[in-house]
Amino acid sequence: MRSIIPILTVVGAIFVVWYAAAVALNSAWAYDKAKRTGQTLTFSQVVADTMEQDKPLLPAPHQVAKEIWKTTVMKKITSKRSLIWHGWITLSATMLGFAMGTALGILLAVGIVHSRAMDMSVMPWVITSQTIPILAVAPMIIVVLNAVGVSGLLPKAVISMYLSFFPVVVGMVKGLRSPDHMQLDLMRTWNASKSTVFWKLRLPSSMPYLFTSLKVAVAASLVGAIVGEMPTGAVAGLGARLLAGSYYGQTIQIWSALICAAALAASLVMIISLIQRITLKRMGMAS
Amino acid sequence: MIWIIGALVFWLAAWWLNVQLSKRPKSRGLSLLVPAIFGITLLVIWEAAVRGFEISPVLLPPPSAIAVRFANSMPILWVDFLQTIVKGGLSGFVIGCGAAFLTAIAVDRSPFLQRGLLPVGNFVAALPIVGMAPILVMWFGFDWQSKAAVVVVMVFFPMLVNTVQGLQAADHMQRDLMQTYAASYFQSLIKLRLPAAMPFIFNGLKISTTLAMIGAIVAEFFGSPTVGMGFRISTEVGRLSLDMVWAEITVAALAGSAFYGGVALLEKAVTFWHPSQRS
Repeated sequence: MRSIIPILTVVGAIFVVWYAAAVALNSAWAYDKAKRTGQTLTFSQVVADTMEQDKPLLPAPHQVAKEIWKTTVMKKITSKRSLIWHGWITLSATMLGFAMGTALGILLAVGIVHSRAMDMSVMPWVITSQTIPILAVAPMIIVVLNAVGVSGLLPKAVISMYLSFFPVVVGMVKGLRSPDHMQLDLMRTWNASKSTVFWKLRLPSSMPYLFTSLKVAVAASLVGAIVGEMPTGAVAGLGARLLAGSYYGQTIQIWSALICAAALAASLVMIISLIQRITLKRMGMAS
Repeated sequence: MIWIIGALVFWLAAWWLNVQLSKRPKSRGLSLLVPAIFGITLLVIWEAAVRGFEISPVLLPPPSAIAVRFANSMPILWVDFLQTIVKGGLSGFVIGCGAAFLTAIAVDRSPFLQRGLLPVGNFVAALPIVGMAPILVMWFGFDWQSKAAVVVVMVFFPMLVNTVQGLQAADHMQRDLMQTYAASYFQSLIKLRLPAAMPFIFNGLKISTTLAMIGAIVAEFFGSPTVGMGFRISTEVGRLSLDMVWAEITVAALAGSAFYGGVALLEKAVTFWHPSQRS
């Protein structure tokens, strides 16, 4: 709680910088307009103009806020201009990809922990797979899957999955290996089978690690879904709003889509932290 | 059919070999050989599956076709590599990480700013920053400067958070010792706290290498000159010549691994004292 004031200070500073940058970047256009009509502008007039331009280089925060208000609360949810509708499309792809990525990650981790051969041969490739900039491959995955007849949610979810399985694998391998020798020996003295050790010891003790990596994974899969929406020709979703905005120079639209994506990411991470807190508390592992 | 059976046999044989090899005591050669066998197996299965199921090369070209394409279009790939990775990615990486490092040192003296910056930085690091790409392309034009700008924005916060955390890593005893030596702020920064922060800083650098590659390539989807890996990928996908796309992906994978490997080697040399490096 005592860090609230510092955080608010930093956020406040960001807003100040944002407004200052908006004035600095947009003033060129304001002066240009005034020159053509032969007016001379006072400084306060310039500032007023930079706050209200239609296609500013950098929209001021209140313009973005107004646009978000207009496209979320004022529009019907089913309308194609509603950000909630676009956000829902992105969210559904994110969740599907996240679920697939988590499942794949946990399966791989279980295999890696239990088989030495798999550990030695798969683990290096899991790490290498992340040095490939998968987002660059996104257009190809979308196009190819479209050609096979798979379209809609799944291609985007595949990209999300690829981005989100990695943190889960790494976290779960660490987590499943976290029981120390004493605990493993104790299980051994009870003559516990491998599966009992897994269900009663390894899996429960991996939970803190799992939730930490889930938070990273959900943010990554949102990025995957957004980038996956770009090459489909800007049909629907937050990524499509970004692309359409950049085609038509609608900076306010870009920024509002961006802020919505940020809010979505923040709430997803927050939901997972909440689940984490409740689960760990009930397991008696809360710190 | 013969291709499929061949692939299955090869897979079983390679897996058996790996199981046998992994039972041996650990050695450096072995820890390279086992993943190499696994990688080759994947390539063989891919090739055989494409041939055996007669998948159209438009959808999934076999590795052999990609290799031929890669060898034939070396000049184009090299130019694209220079434009995207060296000009866009690397310069953005250096500027972004440098700026984040300096910012971290600047806020280091104020615990107030640190308490504010860490949560905000952690929050921003989780945001889909790639979305900034269209805006930055609008501001900085189509050439590599805008790509470098995207990379700077993407790597800044992960690097900042890691460095700030790293600078707090030296424990109280060590700091007290520096105090008893009457060390000035800068002496204890350079002799104690920066070296202690190095594992964290390298962690940030490693995360940033991947982000830099992604940023530089994705930014090109929003407008680029007629060279560059992102440009090539999006146009060749449009022309359905996927072997060229895969060749670019190979370049990206090689460059990404080399970049990451370079940073990891540097880390090994700098943080030789850290427990995770001694084994």
